[in-house]
Amino acid sequence: MKQIPALIRVFAYLSLLTVGGGMAAFPEMKVLTVDVHRWLTFHQLVHLYSVGQMAPGPNMMMIVSIGEWAGGILGAILVVIAFFGPTSLLTLIVGRLWSRLTKWPWRDSIQKGLAPVSIGLLLAGCFTLAKGAVSGLETATIAVVVLLVLLQYKVNPALLVLAAAIIGALSFGPK
Amino acid sequence: MSEPSAPSSTRPSPAINPGVPLATVSQIFLEFLLIGATSFGGGVVAYLRNGLVAKRAWLDDKAFVELLSISQSLPGLNSTNMAILVGDRLRGLSGALAGIAGMCLPGGLLMFVVGILYHEHGDRPLATAALKGVAAAAVGLVLATAVQLGKRSLEHSSDVVFVALTIVGVNRLHQSVLTVLVVVGLIAILWYRPRKGQERSHPQ
Repeated sequence: MKQIPALIRVFAYLSLLTVGGGMAAFPEMKVLTVDVHRWLTFHQLVHLYSVGQMAPGPNMMMIVSIGEWAGGILGAILVVIAFFGPTSLLTLIVGRLWSRLTKWPWRDSIQKGLAPVSIGLLLAGCFTLAKGAVSGLETATIAVVVLLVLLQYKVNPALLVLAAAIIGALSFGPK
Repeated sequence: MSEPSAPSSTRPSPAINPGVPLATVSQIFLEFLLIGATSFGGGVVAYLRNGLVAKRAWLDDKAFVELLSISQSLPGLNSTNMAILVGDRLRGLSGALAGIAGMCLPGGLLMFVVGILYHEHGDRPLATAALKGVAAAAVGLVLATAVQLGKRSLEHSSDVVFVALTIVGVNRLHQSVLTVLVVVGLIAILWYRPRKGQERSHPQ
């Protein structure tokens, strides 16, 4: 229970970093939830994030698991409100003003400028994830195969992740 | 409740544009609940378009693309930002809240259960082995997303520099995401600053 204020503070702050998607906040999420508050280990964070990729809906709902571990049901609910509240409010306001912003010349500059930064943040998040997820030739192969299959064919990524779980269980599991 | 042109007395909220089809708050909640429960494997945009444009006809393609472009240029996830924007357009604030609640509920409940199961059984050897595969696949998945986004939205060679600066700032210099976002973001926005004589090149 005494983690609740920290949970709200951390996830409200992470909310504002999700430029271009949730992954942008991942490096900071690692620092704050693992190193600073020790709600979980880096490996647990990597596992939860990865399992979360198989869940439907917004791909950051794994924050619910962190909220539940650190603050029970209340923690789980408040983490969602903290993580989606600030950006939702901003979106609501900007959405209502948007038609007026079409004449504002900086709108285009902001969109063009933030596009490469958001891709950089996505990749930075991916490299942070890879530090915990890719540990040798086998895991690197799985990552590369998934990348190539997704770029080449139209497959549901959740099925690929599921297939990787089976391959992992067979090849890394108890013999 | 399905007349396309509602009399002004039943207009749900002043925020609504005239000509927007009438949807009740519970219809909005249910539609987003359905999208939130079925959009496995990312790619929520396709599920959103299918539900909101093709099935419900709450938006036409032009409005959908416009709302998507707002969603993508603001912080926040595409899926939840779209729920807010579409809900607000249809039914004002209560529509926005219904949309985001429906969107988050199924995945949230699932991850609540998964979190508890993982906490109790995650260190079993078989689970650890499966998760090792899952985590490696997630890296490939995120990389694929980055490549696809990059192909679509990186137009100039200067964009590659901004991508590289962002990665170096976070992963090499270990600066906080906020610092990198503000510094590189400002440089990039100034790089693309409005120039005299260019204003007319932007339609509308």
